[in-house]
Amino acid sequence: MITTSHYLVLSLIVFTVGVVGVLTRRNVIIVFMSIELMLNAVNLNLVAFSDRLQDLAGQVFSVFVITVAAAEAAVGLGIVIALYRNRETVNVDEIDLMKW
Amino acid sequence: MLSYLWLIPVLPLLGFAFNGLVGLWTKARSGGPPPRPPIYWVGCSSVFLSFLLSLGCLIELLGLDAHDRIFEQDLFTWISSNVVNTSSGSAAFQIEWSLQLDPLSAVMALFVTGIGFLIHVYSIGYMWEEEGFYRFFSFLNLFMFMMLTLVLAGNYLVLFVGWEGVGLCSYLLIGYYTHKKSAGDAAKKAFVVNRIGDAGFVLGMLLLFSTFGTLDFTELFSQIEQAFPQPELTWGVLSWVGLLLFIGACGKSAQVPLYVWLPDAMEGPTPVSALIHAATMVTAGVYVVARSAAIYSRAPQAALIVAVVGISTALLAATIGLFQRDIKRVLAYSTVSQLGYMFAALGAGAVVAGIFHVFTHAFFKALLFLGSGSVIHALHHEQDMSKMGGLRRYLPVTWVTMAIGTLAIAGAPPLAGFFSKDEILWKLFDSGHVLIWMVGLAAAGLTAYYMFRLMFLTFFGQERMDEQTAHQVHESPRSMTWPLTVLAAGSVLAGFLGLPAWLGLPNLFEHFLEPALATAYQAEARGAHHSATLEVGLALLSVAIAAAGAGLAYLFFIREWNGLAQLRERLQPVRRLIAQKYYVDEAYDALMVNRTKDLGEGCSWFDAKIVDGAVNSSALMTRITAWVSGQADIHVVDRIVNLLGEVTNFFSAAFRKLQTGLLQAYALSFVIGIILVITLYFYWGA
Repeated sequence: MITTSHYLVLSLIVFTVGVVGVLTRRNVIIVFMSIELMLNAVNLNLVAFSDRLQDLAGQVFSVFVITVAAAEAAVGLGIVIALYRNRETVNVDEIDLMKW
Repeated sequence: MLSYLWLIPVLPLLGFAFNGLVGLWTKARSGGPPPRPPIYWVGCSSVFLSFLLSLGCLIELLGLDAHDRIFEQDLFTWISSNVVNTSSGSAAFQIEWSLQLDPLSAVMALFVTGIGFLIHVYSIGYMWEEEGFYRFFSFLNLFMFMMLTLVLAGNYLVLFVGWEGVGLCSYLLIGYYTHKKSAGDAAKKAFVVNRIGDAGFVLGMLLLFSTFGTLDFTELFSQIEQAFPQPELTWGVLSWVGLLLFIGACGKSAQVPLYVWLPDAMEGPTPVSALIHAATMVTAGVYVVARSAAIYSRAPQAALIVAVVGISTALLAATIGLFQRDIKRVLAYSTVSQLGYMFAALGAGAVVAGIFHVFTHAFFKALLFLGSGSVIHALHHEQDMSKMGGLRRYLPVTWVTMAIGTLAIAGAPPLAGFFSKDEILWKLFDSGHVLIWMVGLAAAGLTAYYMFRLMFLTFFGQERMDEQTAHQVHESPRSMTWPLTVLAAGSVLAGFLGLPAWLGLPNLFEHFLEPALATAYQAEARGAHHSATLEVGLALLSVAIAAAGAGLAYLFFIREWNGLAQLRERLQPVRRLIAQKYYVDEAYDALMVNRTKDLGEGCSWFDAKIVDGAVNSSALMTRITAWVSGQADIHVVDRIVNLLGEVTNFFSAAFRKLQTGLLQAYALSFVIGIILVITLYFYWGA
């Protein structure tokens, strides 16, 4: 029998993979993909609790998150293309203009 | 004809405008002077038309009743201003541009235009070679306009316009030879000396207006007649007016102490000397005093000053004339001396005699000047009499006419000078000014001496010019000899207009002029009327004295008397004193001119050192304060600002390292932060 705890463990694993991906990968596309992983881990969490609590609000919320993630992906990829055109790189460690 | 009175001055003004504009225009167009014929035709004919008009006006005036012989013409209102307070109430300061023709101004206008025309004609020949032919004629025309404005003016202010105008033309024409420094200096001297007199004239006018509230001759004199039925016995307002106007007259008519400009004015071309500095302009002062007879006859003390100044000028100038070597300067001093006679006559109350002398003097002095111009022309601008001599063979017309002029000025009967000068001397004696009369008699003797000296040195004796000049001596052209002839005729005949009483014939001049002087105070016949015998005797005496002067000149310069050398030796100091013109010019230089220059230098020094110094030092002060504030800005304000920045820098150095700009470093800190928060939450929160 698959319990809520299983879902939560899976969600934890996916989220941790996402965090490590964001912190360690240099390619901005992969950082992006890692963020998607983190968002989907959260979705998993929301759906799991929705099922557990028999409350549909969690599922509705996760659909919202997917929508926002899609919009965010579109804007983010646009920024990445603009960035590449200007800097000819997508490596985050080379994009450090904000430092002092 | 009278209604065309305004045309008399305007015609020469048109001539001036035409000649001046045409001259400037052709000069601008072709670079050369305009052709001469239109210039002299316009120049001379405008004056001639004025002369004809004056003659017509005079004839019409003669047709009127003796007491109606005054014609006024108001052309336009010149100045109209608010009511001003005068000592006799208040009056509007309203000045009409008015002309007035009465016997006095008619006489003046007639001889000014008549002699002016002759001199214009003479100038054609004399100035023929000159580059500035048109300029000369336009100035001469302008002078005629101004002089006619002066004599035809109906009030003092319009008269003053003419007065200043002739001064301007005198300045322009004395300085006609612009390349000569001496001419420019003489012009400036004439102008400045005249200004001194003009200051007196202006003050006199102001005093008249503030006292009587009008400057119009007719109004003013009738007011004076009512306000002063008796002459002023103490020094009062009329005496002040008389003195101030006389100061103006002294400047214009070259009287002591303002006579110094006239001899220098001989730097101008000779026709100018004849017209302006002998016949017309210099008599303007005499005219003003005569015009103001209503004032002078009521201010006996001012009149006495006029007489004394006049006769001293007559004597002083005559003595200076004795030793001058420049032919024109002799004549200039002679002019000053004759003007002195006129003032003496006016001062003694003999206005008619004075004006009569103005009239006759205009003929023979213009004649003498034009004659001397003819001599100068013949000798190629040689004016020194010691380089002339024996010229009567070469210049017959000049010599005969000048001889007539000399006889006339010396007072040989029956020429013009005899009648007019004797009239003055007789009036001086008759009115009780015996001392003045004696001085006048002495001056008459001196006049005869220096005039005959001039004639003998110029036309008689050895020829002292150099070879080359002697070959080229020639009689002047007809345009020059013709005016000489006319003037010589005038010098002979003019005297018959004013015959003395003892001849038993009517004195036309006096009868004609008398109505113009109706407002003058008529003194009771003073003392016993002297007999006609006495008058004849005194006339004979003055002729004898003149003859003695002439004889002395003959002795010295024709017979070359041996005693002359000895006399010269003995009188050396006196001769030097007089030949140097009593060092008057030097004294004026030392007392006035150089002091004025010193004042100018002082002001210049004050300007350069004090005023400029103040300006410069304020600029320096500004620069110093600017430098100080600049330094303060750099070293204090900027330092404080920089210090602030550096302090901030110093304290921020540690934190600055946090800003790596690396995205993942920030993300890492989020994660660590969240883990910490959650850990702490579970550790304490639960």
